[in-house]
Amino acid sequence: MNWQSILSSSIGRKVVMAVSGLALFGFVIIHMLGNLLIFAGPAALNGYAEKLESLGEILWVARIGLMVMVVLHIWSGLCLARENRQARPLGYLGKKNTRTTFAATTMAISGLLVLAYIIFHLLHFTFRVTHPQISHLLDADGRRDVYTLVVLSFHELPIALAYFVSMILLSLHLSHGFSSALQTLGIANESSLHGYEKMGRLIAAVIFLGYSSIPTACWLGIIKASH
Amino acid sequence: MDLKLKVWRQKDSASKGKFEIYNAPNINPHMSFLEMLDVINEDLIHANQDPIAFDHDCREGICGACSLTVDGKPHGPEKGTTACQLHMRHFKHGNTITVEPWRAKAFPVIKDLIVDRSAFDRIIESGGYVSVNTGSAPEANMSPVPKHAADSAMDSAACIGCGACVAACPNASGMLFVAAKVSQLALLPQGQVEREKRVLSMVRTMDDENFGNCTNHYECEAACPKEISVGFIAKMNREYLRASLCDSGSAGNTKDAVN
Repeated sequence: MNWQSILSSSIGRKVVMAVSGLALFGFVIIHMLGNLLIFAGPAALNGYAEKLESLGEILWVARIGLMVMVVLHIWSGLCLARENRQARPLGYLGKKNTRTTFAATTMAISGLLVLAYIIFHLLHFTFRVTHPQISHLLDADGRRDVYTLVVLSFHELPIALAYFVSMILLSLHLSHGFSSALQTLGIANESSLHGYEKMGRLIAAVIFLGYSSIPTACWLGIIKASH
Repeated sequence: MDLKLKVWRQKDSASKGKFEIYNAPNINPHMSFLEMLDVINEDLIHANQDPIAFDHDCREGICGACSLTVDGKPHGPEKGTTACQLHMRHFKHGNTITVEPWRAKAFPVIKDLIVDRSAFDRIIESGGYVSVNTGSAPEANMSPVPKHAADSAMDSAACIGCGACVAACPNASGMLFVAAKVSQLALLPQGQVEREKRVLSMVRTMDDENFGNCTNHYECEAACPKEISVGFIAKMNREYLRASLCDSGSAGNTKDAVN
């Protein structure tokens, strides 16, 4: 096996993009299920957050793993995008596309916007630098009060709106990414591809609804601060 | 019917091209698109002007020579049709039709609407064949081929190498072409000996020829006059992974084994 020739080939880099994309896709789903605990109340969410933090080294292994996936995904994406721009130096006067989708043609831009979102999101909830006055509260049991941080953050309309819009971009990205990864890995075939495309859009819609329900419910006051 | 044509004119590969407008009066709707261009060229020649250069050969949709982007679509608006089989009845009186060459770095313009597609030839030379001793044809029933494999091989072998997939791809990728050529041999018993070497070599040549990378827009399948499925791209990806990950030893060694 010659890794160098695989990673320098077009298909090899597409495979890197697909594998890292699927790994991040899996994280997005698990992360959503964890976040939805907010609907179960402060005890459930704060307890979940405490459990995650108590994992210690395992948590850091997961974080570094995710980081590697993000770097590989961006690296392969930038390589492919750069070569693709160079492959057609002079464009058409009026090219008409018939089969592709809005999501597919905007993968690079939706991906970069999601990256900007992820950086803000980490500063907001993980490194807690954007909202210092509500970032370090403790709940009645002495745990980090993640619940109150989330609820009070989303009482600010610009923050709630930014998360809502970012989830539109993320689900747009995933609606193409899911079936695209299966095609690249050769898992799809002539008869199954259409099914995977529909499945990708459906999962993307579920991810959008799941995530965007949190800022929406907080801003509308459906989820209330506990104290 | 009276039409206006907006045609890409380019003296040679070193010159900069530009669009020129031509009037096409009294066009018979039963003409093919290429016959319509013949009529315009007759007029240009009579007027002592340089006729529009375009590629053509069989004019029955099987040779893959014609290569016109008509109104932003390779081979024009009809599905599963080459430009030579596109008839003027699909256009309306008074239409302005834009005619451009295939646009890709891998396909440099030679003149006007003719592009150099020898990059495809070099991909085929790098592995799109089976090495067999010449002589009389072997008895066909000696190599049983499952029905589904034969059907699938024929579907991919329908590729005429016209390059519409590259022209249609937002990334100017040649992967549908290479996928069809890899698959047609990988599916048949005669293609097994060089199976791994073939896909690795053809993909490497494709990458060296400045094609873009497939990002799964599937515009190639929509533009292909032979309606070749993007399922073959997934098959090529499988073939490539299989050759790279599972059987790296045989890659490049086939020649030694034969010798």
